[in-house]
Amino acid sequence: MPETYKLTINGVAREVVAGAALPLIYVLRNELGLMGTRYGCGLEQCGSCMVLIDGEPSYACTRAMDSMAGRDVRTVEGMGTVAAPHPLQQAFIDEQAGQCGYCLSGILISAMALLERNPDPSRAHITAALDGHLCRCGAHERIIRAIGRAAAVMRGEERP
Amino acid sequence: MKPANLTINPRFDTWLKFQADETVRVATGKVEIGQGVVTALSQIAAEELDLSLSQVVILAGDTDQGPNERYTSSSLSIMDSGAAIRAVCAEARALLLRRAALRLNCGGEQLSVEEGAFLVDGASTGLTYWDLANDVDWSQAPTGEAIPKATQDYRIVGQSIPRHDLPEKLTGRAFIHDWLPDGVVHARVLRQPGRGAVLQSLDEAAIKRAAGADIEVLREANFVAFVGADESAVETAAAAAPEHAQWSGAPQINPDQQEAAWLRDQPAIERKFGAEDAAAPQGDLVGELVQATFSRPYVAHASMAPSCALALFEDAHLTIWSHGQGMHPLRANLANVVGLPEAAITARHMNGAGCYGHNGADDAALDAALIAMRMPGRHIRLQWRREDEFGFEPFGPAMLVDISVRVDDAGRPSDWTAEIWSPTHVQRPLPDSGSLLAAEALENPPPVQIPDDPPEERGGGGTRNAKPYYDIPNSRIHHHLVTTPPVRTSALRTLGALPNVFALEAMMDELASRAGEDPLDYRLSLLPDQRARAVLEEAAARADWRSRGAGGEGRGLGLAFSRYKNTAAYAAVVVALHVDEEVHLEKICVVADTGLVINPDGVRNQLEGGVVQGASWTLKEQVQMQGPGVTSLDWDSYPILRFSEIPEIEAEVLDRPEEPSLGVGECAVSPTAAAIGNAVAHALGVRIHHMPLSRQRIMETLLT
Repeated sequence: MPETYKLTINGVAREVVAGAALPLIYVLRNELGLMGTRYGCGLEQCGSCMVLIDGEPSYACTRAMDSMAGRDVRTVEGMGTVAAPHPLQQAFIDEQAGQCGYCLSGILISAMALLERNPDPSRAHITAALDGHLCRCGAHERIIRAIGRAAAVMRGEERP
Repeated sequence: MKPANLTINPRFDTWLKFQADETVRVATGKVEIGQGVVTALSQIAAEELDLSLSQVVILAGDTDQGPNERYTSSSLSIMDSGAAIRAVCAEARALLLRRAALRLNCGGEQLSVEEGAFLVDGASTGLTYWDLANDVDWSQAPTGEAIPKATQDYRIVGQSIPRHDLPEKLTGRAFIHDWLPDGVVHARVLRQPGRGAVLQSLDEAAIKRAAGADIEVLREANFVAFVGADESAVETAAAAAPEHAQWSGAPQINPDQQEAAWLRDQPAIERKFGAEDAAAPQGDLVGELVQATFSRPYVAHASMAPSCALALFEDAHLTIWSHGQGMHPLRANLANVVGLPEAAITARHMNGAGCYGHNGADDAALDAALIAMRMPGRHIRLQWRREDEFGFEPFGPAMLVDISVRVDDAGRPSDWTAEIWSPTHVQRPLPDSGSLLAAEALENPPPVQIPDDPPEERGGGGTRNAKPYYDIPNSRIHHHLVTTPPVRTSALRTLGALPNVFALEAMMDELASRAGEDPLDYRLSLLPDQRARAVLEEAAARADWRSRGAGGEGRGLGLAFSRYKNTAAYAAVVVALHVDEEVHLEKICVVADTGLVINPDGVRNQLEGGVVQGASWTLKEQVQMQGPGVTSLDWDSYPILRFSEIPEIEAEVLDRPEEPSLGVGECAVSPTAAAIGNAVAHALGVRIHHMPLSRQRIMETLLT
């Protein structure tokens, strides 16, 4: 039976009614209209649906709602907007880091978690943080560069 | 010469619309599939019309309002649509300029245009395109004869303009998958295991119980769909459905059939191109015979997103939203299956995940259309499951390539034969025959397509790039177009070029080695085309080719060259890697000549992507199949190159503003595959002839 879950999404307290087994992705997309969290495989293999749950990158495609009460969820919509992008989003634009773009919001989420943990990551740190993500167009090199650039901007070493 | 697509779409107003908000809407039949083409086409239009980029609005892929430019394929968008848009914009500007001269009572040579406003002798006049646009009859046909701007006057073409689509894709809603119109219902399908399979029974009650919420089950012959307001319920229903469905006549695939070697003894259409057969008497074919066999297995598009489509049937009109490569062909194909005239169907493109050829998009569109026709007035949002995507996309065909070369006394090839076994590389749906999946599941399935391949003048399919671009007196291709592959095959980035270039460039290294020459020098000795030489020499210089040692100790440096379709973009690739139990890419350098470059960063992005995808196919990928179908249904069983495996990539484009633009989407892929093959051979001192160059193949090679 559906139950009511209280959780915080992008800093806003929300109440959602959902079945206990319903994966979080359907709540985010179909109930709350947060379409940046994308369905890729439903198998925790591609990373398109990555969100932060209590600061940890987590697959929204399999995360059941009955484990979500009281959690803090952040999605790509919570990072920034076209008019006011997060430094990571801006760095992806500056590096033109993407082709089709389907994988990008999940990658941005993992990158944000990385930079919150490690403000000065090496290339190896970046690729390790992104190894749960797939990109089929081959924009990897640019994505790695963009995350390095965003890190430098966020450390105040490079101008945005 | 008048661009062909202007002849097919002979009205200005199909291409251009001067809009009240002082913008110009430029329509194209080519669509954004991740390659950035919409941005590049807007640059061409803004350039010719002397507009700013913000004054150009692109409408891409719309059967009601835009031109029919067939499919977004074969690296032709800039060459075809770009040429048409350049011509139509140059001519529209000239027509408006003539009107302005009359209105301002001045000579045409005094006039110039800035952001759509007319200047006389450099002074503003207050008159704009939009003031005059209604004075021109835009229903007339462009002559295609206006003289476009000289390349030295370009200010927007040739600039690395940021892509228009990226900001939205980085912040939220951006794809067809993300659109939920009011009242939308979600749908999934149960796929027929293969053509001819008959659904004997379907336990609808069990499926509805599994769904856990109210869903409808639509069934017509062997086509089954699950529809409901709750997406997760229809997904659950579709996931449960296979175990509640009994099929007869499903295909049975023997695992041998997934290997390229299986193709050799299969029924085929025999096709021959080039010089007379070497066996026929035609002078002296003396010299040593060098032979080798190469192969590539079936590979997948493996798009990041499952295919999706939306459809609405209302007031006897069907509207389809699709991420397919061609909206006009899609409309024609749908019309035939759903029994509506084309005029009663609108097909509109929306962004999907990366598309690398004929994938599941068209099939998903028909799925959605069939459901919509049975549920009038409702928006249907149909999405495939990941398992559908891996199981039912049209695959890139396996290929087996035998190369036989006669070598003259100077160690140069005098006679070259490529014998190729391959299923078809293009099996796009046709209005009067099969290949749309759902059509094959209906009561009266359309006849099976007779396999064919693109003609040689369009670059061929299985034969693509099989003819060496090198200076070789005689060469021929014997193409066995295999007619009975175990899975549906169709267009995947480069078609047959990747396996053919892998084989050809491996053989070039082999011949160089036999002649005791450096692979670069050997190739240059057979390459009169200066542009081909330039990309090779530049790539070699950037990758420090001359430092290459004897090899055989685990580190390898390999190079390869190809001119895509032997008529389009040039690319040379140098790969540095090392091999232990598997291949570790270190650095890949690609240098391309694509003629006039519209957007240099866009070209580099395509080159980089081509390198990564080519490397992934070469090192890791093989579609697995057994029993009723494909068994590699997820990313664990179909691995692709990961972030931790990505080499440093250096992509450069030689600037050739005086040469026509050459499509860039595919040119880097095949030489990357070949350069990896050559670098692995250099590292190991022994060549691996069969892709993927996986851990298992490396181990097999090292142990024999």
